[in-house]
Amino acid sequence: MPGPHGFDIDSVRQQFPILDVEINGHPLVYLDSAATSQKPQVVIDAISNYYARSNSNVHRGVHTLSQQATDIYEETREKTRALINASDSREIIYVRGTTEAINLVASTYGRQNVGEGDDVIVTAMEHHSNIVPWQILCEEKGANLKVVPMDENGDLIMEEFDRLLSDRTKIVATVHLSNALGTINPVKEMFKKARTVGAATLLDGAQSAPHMAIDVKDIDCDFLAFSGHKLYGPTGIGILYGKYDLLSQMPPYQGGGEMIASVTFEKTIYAELPAKFEAGTPHIAGTAGLGAAIDFVNEIGLDNVAAHERTLLDYSIERIGSINGVKLIGNPKHRSGVISFVVDGVHPHDVGTVLDSQGIAIRAGHHCAQPVMAHFGIPATVRASFGMYNTTNEIDRLYEGVQQVFEVFG
Amino acid sequence: MTESADLDEMYREIVLDHHRNPRNSEPIDAPTHEGEAINPFCGDEVHVKLHLQDGVIDHLSVTGVGCSISQAAASLMGAEIKGKTTEQIGELARQFKSLMSGGADSLESDLDVLKGVKRYPVRIKCALLAWSALEDALSG
Repeated sequence: MPGPHGFDIDSVRQQFPILDVEINGHPLVYLDSAATSQKPQVVIDAISNYYARSNSNVHRGVHTLSQQATDIYEETREKTRALINASDSREIIYVRGTTEAINLVASTYGRQNVGEGDDVIVTAMEHHSNIVPWQILCEEKGANLKVVPMDENGDLIMEEFDRLLSDRTKIVATVHLSNALGTINPVKEMFKKARTVGAATLLDGAQSAPHMAIDVKDIDCDFLAFSGHKLYGPTGIGILYGKYDLLSQMPPYQGGGEMIASVTFEKTIYAELPAKFEAGTPHIAGTAGLGAAIDFVNEIGLDNVAAHERTLLDYSIERIGSINGVKLIGNPKHRSGVISFVVDGVHPHDVGTVLDSQGIAIRAGHHCAQPVMAHFGIPATVRASFGMYNTTNEIDRLYEGVQQVFEVFG
Repeated sequence: MTESADLDEMYREIVLDHHRNPRNSEPIDAPTHEGEAINPFCGDEVHVKLHLQDGVIDHLSVTGVGCSISQAAASLMGAEIKGKTTEQIGELARQFKSLMSGGADSLESDLDVLKGVKRYPVRIKCALLAWSALEDALSG
């Protein structure tokens, strides 16, 4: 049935071949899109067609195929620029994923700008990928990692953020949308404050990119990291956006081919942006897939996706939250994409196994956010996370699946 | 339905009972050996404290946090190894690993009740966690 803006869930679902797969004798209910989204046929085809018809190395040959591969590679860079409203496609750096993007910034900008006694600020709801690179940096430099705490609802305590900010703050790195709780953080406001003390800002958009339009000019972040595979694209390709002036001044991340202007044994002159940060043969097929994914998402419309997922989120909070013996974890003011819950007396892994026996794929565990689990005093949660292809019927299946959990463990 | 039968086979009543009422979970005095195992992917933990007298485990405590399988397997292990020599325990460990890897179809010991786990490959590591903790204790 077409939605209010022409969003037709049936036709959306038809574009994802994996949704026809049966798991343990049941139609798949995929509620693990926060881990990785499923891929539409156009993305699968783009990768396959690239290898079948255009495979070659980029920026190398004078031959036609190399030019085709380079065109695909650079077109996706431009599509990415437009997606996030960056000023210049040279501000778009291809990386493997969010994790590599953050590591890149920590080990280049971070090493260059963070010194002894300086502070790096993150939040209490970061994924490990936005904690550990900064810990490594702080340890190396004798700097301090400061953490903005959150309250019992899973909202950041902004007064504490204000208190932590000082002229020692060199970097503020925060998650946009919590993968464990679904909290949407007030990043625009945080970054505005960070700028007043001269700190650079990094937005971890791994979870937010598939659920909402991200405008780097509006948010005014210095860096944005996200992954293709959560945005209906392939694994192994991700994006680091950085403001041109910052990227220009940063030292390279890895040395090798592609990232140089000239090499002698005495001195190497690095290439201009973005090549400076793209050493070695890149994941060209991944960029073909990512380009198709961005086209696909644009065609559906991220606003339509967000409206649909809001319906799913509200329905799941009401339906799953109403079950006796189920406790929802976190109740943030602004949220998207995810519900986390625990079942009385049953470990999340056991919940996961029982749900899997009914074809329902959820994530059970600490979601690479152990500090979040510690905050709520639990080892793990069950997390159901949504993509554009999910339906309220699937949340009913989840509801019935949880009833089955009580039958097994009752 | 087969998947339901598989579930019942893994979550046998005796397994769930060990999960709900773990045996040997009280602390012991002056352990001679201590070990632990943590699965970093799921956060499950098992801690083992042993008292060995003349090569025999006469007291032990087995504690931990985690899923029903990891904790029931820990309790079952503790009950099984109590009063046994380290040589006998080595043989039990070998047999149990063989059961989990599909080498043995069943076991003579009470650990046999865990054989349903092997239908769920991602859960086998849960059943083996306690044995890693025991190995850690005995190697220390």
